[in-house]
Amino acid sequence: MAVRKPPITTREYWAPGHAACAGCGCATALRLATKAFSEAMEEKYGDPNAFAIAQATGCMEVVSAVFPYTAWKAPWLHVAFENAAAAASGVEAAWKKLGRKGKILAIGGDGGTADIGMQALSGMLERWHNVVYLMYDNEAYMNTGIQRSSSTPYGAWTTTSPPGKYSIGEDKPKKWVALIAAAHQVPYVATASIGNPFDFVKKMKKAAKVDGPAFVQVQCTCPTGWKSPLEKGVEIARLAIETGVWPLFEIENGDIWNIKIQAPGGGAKVKREGGRVVAIEFKKPIEEYLKLQGRFKHLFKQPEAIDVMREQIKAMWRTIGVEVTLPKPEE
Amino acid sequence: MPIRKVMKANEAAAWAAKLAKPKVIAAFPITPSTLVPEKISEFVADGELDAEFIKVESEHSAISACVGASAAGVRTFTATASQGLALMHEILFIAAGMRLPIVIAVGNRALSAPINIWNDWQDTISERDTGWLQFYAENNQEALDLILIAYKVAENEKVLLPAMVGFDAFILTHTVEPVEIPDQELVDEFLGEYEPKYAYLDPSRPITQGTLAFPAHYMEARYTVWEANENARKVIDEAFAEFEKRFGRKYQKIEEYRTDDAEIIFVTMGSLAGTVKEYVDHLREQGIKVGAAKMTVYRPFPIEEVRALAKKAKVIALLEKNITFSVGGALFQDFSRALINESEKPKIVDFILGLGGRDVTFRDLDEALAIAQKALNGEAVDEVNWIGLRKEIL
Ligand SMILES: Cc1ncc(C[n+]2csc(CCOP(=O)(O)OP(=O)(O)O)c2C)c(N)n1
Ligand code: SF4
Repeated sequence: MAVRKPPITTREYWAPGHAACAGCGCATALRLATKAFSEAMEEKYGDPNAFAIAQATGCMEVVSAVFPYTAWKAPWLHVAFENAAAAASGVEAAWKKLGRKGKILAIGGDGGTADIGMQALSGMLERWHNVVYLMYDNEAYMNTGIQRSSSTPYGAWTTTSPPGKYSIGEDKPKKWVALIAAAHQVPYVATASIGNPFDFVKKMKKAAKVDGPAFVQVQCTCPTGWKSPLEKGVEIARLAIETGVWPLFEIENGDIWNIKIQAPGGGAKVKREGGRVVAIEFKKPIEEYLKLQGRFKHLFKQPEAIDVMREQIKAMWRTIGVEVTLPKPEE
Repeated sequence: MPIRKVMKANEAAAWAAKLAKPKVIAAFPITPSTLVPEKISEFVADGELDAEFIKVESEHSAISACVGASAAGVRTFTATASQGLALMHEILFIAAGMRLPIVIAVGNRALSAPINIWNDWQDTISERDTGWLQFYAENNQEALDLILIAYKVAENEKVLLPAMVGFDAFILTHTVEPVEIPDQELVDEFLGEYEPKYAYLDPSRPITQGTLAFPAHYMEARYTVWEANENARKVIDEAFAEFEKRFGRKYQKIEEYRTDDAEIIFVTMGSLAGTVKEYVDHLREQGIKVGAAKMTVYRPFPIEEVRALAKKAKVIALLEKNITFSVGGALFQDFSRALINESEKPKIVDFILGLGGRDVTFRDLDEALAIAQKALNGEAVDEVNWIGLRKEIL
């Protein structure tokens, strides 16, 4: 009987027993990321274990490394909130000197990357360390109890962007760190999502195999902070792609003008020119994504706020060279 | 054969780093220490030092990269001062808590505001509770030697703590003196290769470093840092003895000068010790019974040595280039702690002086002496005295 090869290695580096909330999409992201890394290391160096992890303070750190336990089956280091990239730089330099083959994986949340860790990330990318930086983007500071970050999307409720008489919730558009990373002209930058795990794995492998720095920003759901059903994480993440809220793209060798936009699915009509995506007509309204999350609940009482969101999403796509149409829900 | 070269303390620190052969250096320029990374870059560029030099974007990343490299199992080095050290503050605790034997050379400089690039010890003194070992150099030779000794102590299995070596901004960092550069082979024998015992990031033996500890374990982790500091007392003595045997230069945690029949002993650190020794000679010529003592090691605080010193004097006059607001100088606190339960103890009078690079002259020391003499005669004096203050501009 023919045995089908599993689509991804059965090796585990992020082991069961971590303390993440049920349904945590970020835990899924880390598990997939380390598996992808392992496959890449096996293909590149013949050693599936040829990597070490440096991780920022945040949910994924506190749930995985509570002394005297650990969920990590790879060499793993946590230093502080803002310096995963700098610590990874040090590890990479030490490995170089020790003649150790392999790659360093730095991991940070959106807070530890887009906000307090931005400087260290920029330094690491610019100095060309052989590190993949994975930003797991759950769009708020979850570890300290759901405060807004610069990666929190417009309109979202968080404990520091509460909707109220004078507030719509978060009032600034999301900061797109992948584009900032790309401005460093590094070999590989990508966005990904747990809503498309195969694509995420493919991108992590690609990132792990390039020589030099790479950056991957993965959207991962947080049922606790998003006030969403535990079992709907992947569905919500997929809707983010299919409604236009979360773009999937790759930028290689710093060529920001050659950004590779992926077709979103969900019935969206993609227009290409010379192989390049220039326009997307989305079929699913963003409301389909929003309505599954308590963090956006208040917006449904103020539909004009959702229109603002639509305009911001269009502007974001325009930045990456794509004209999008975003439908309104049928009345 | 060791060679003698005329150099600044910054160069001496860079030479010490070269001799210690760190595998990773991460540094960021700041006055007065900028020359240290510059000189190390030259060593690396010329192939005289086989190390990765990470030209980081900040001191915060410099120390973070050192933590990363040290956790990966290699010897590391960095240099900084003042605001740079303050920017490292958060990570200094982490380096000590993770028991990583990183060494920092610090050109002791005042802290802002107002911005001031000149010498005092507020930068390193402000880091005294981080768990780091602290050494202070009197001259450029000591800057070099103490960095080597710092590695020896830091990497000792009973210690495994990071260490900083301070040398005064400009007074040492930018002043040339003859410095003996020891033979590389002797230094290699003295330090040996760094073999990490617990800190390594090796895929064939994966370990987790930098965990979260609940109340059930945090206190024990902190206790090990305390214990390591306690262990360092003896290890430092051993390192000093071995250093003397190999290189012929003698170091002590507290170096005494003409203290035997002294009634007043001036205690200080760093380059000021040189001035004070000369001042003591000058007073002795006039038959005034004074002595001097220099703190070479400030953390761990040499409690036993302080007690022994205190037995010799009626008045201890502390000369400090730092201030702990509402208390006095840091040494004043530490000496009080060391002596509080002694049945017989000298009076302690604290003098704050030389902040932000203000020259400390014999006239300033005369001012301190007059107050110390009053205390000696049983007159009431202020416990904390600011010396050389320009009251007219207050
Ligand atoms: C210097 C510093 N400031 C603040 C904190 C508190 N803190 C720890 S984790 C965290 C938020 C983490 O958010 P993010 O990076 O988005 O990761 P998540 O918790 O969402 O996984 C904060 C504010 C800290 N540890 N260090
Ligand atoms: S709060 Fe959110 S990100 Fe953190 S462990 Fe829970 S689900 Fe995951």
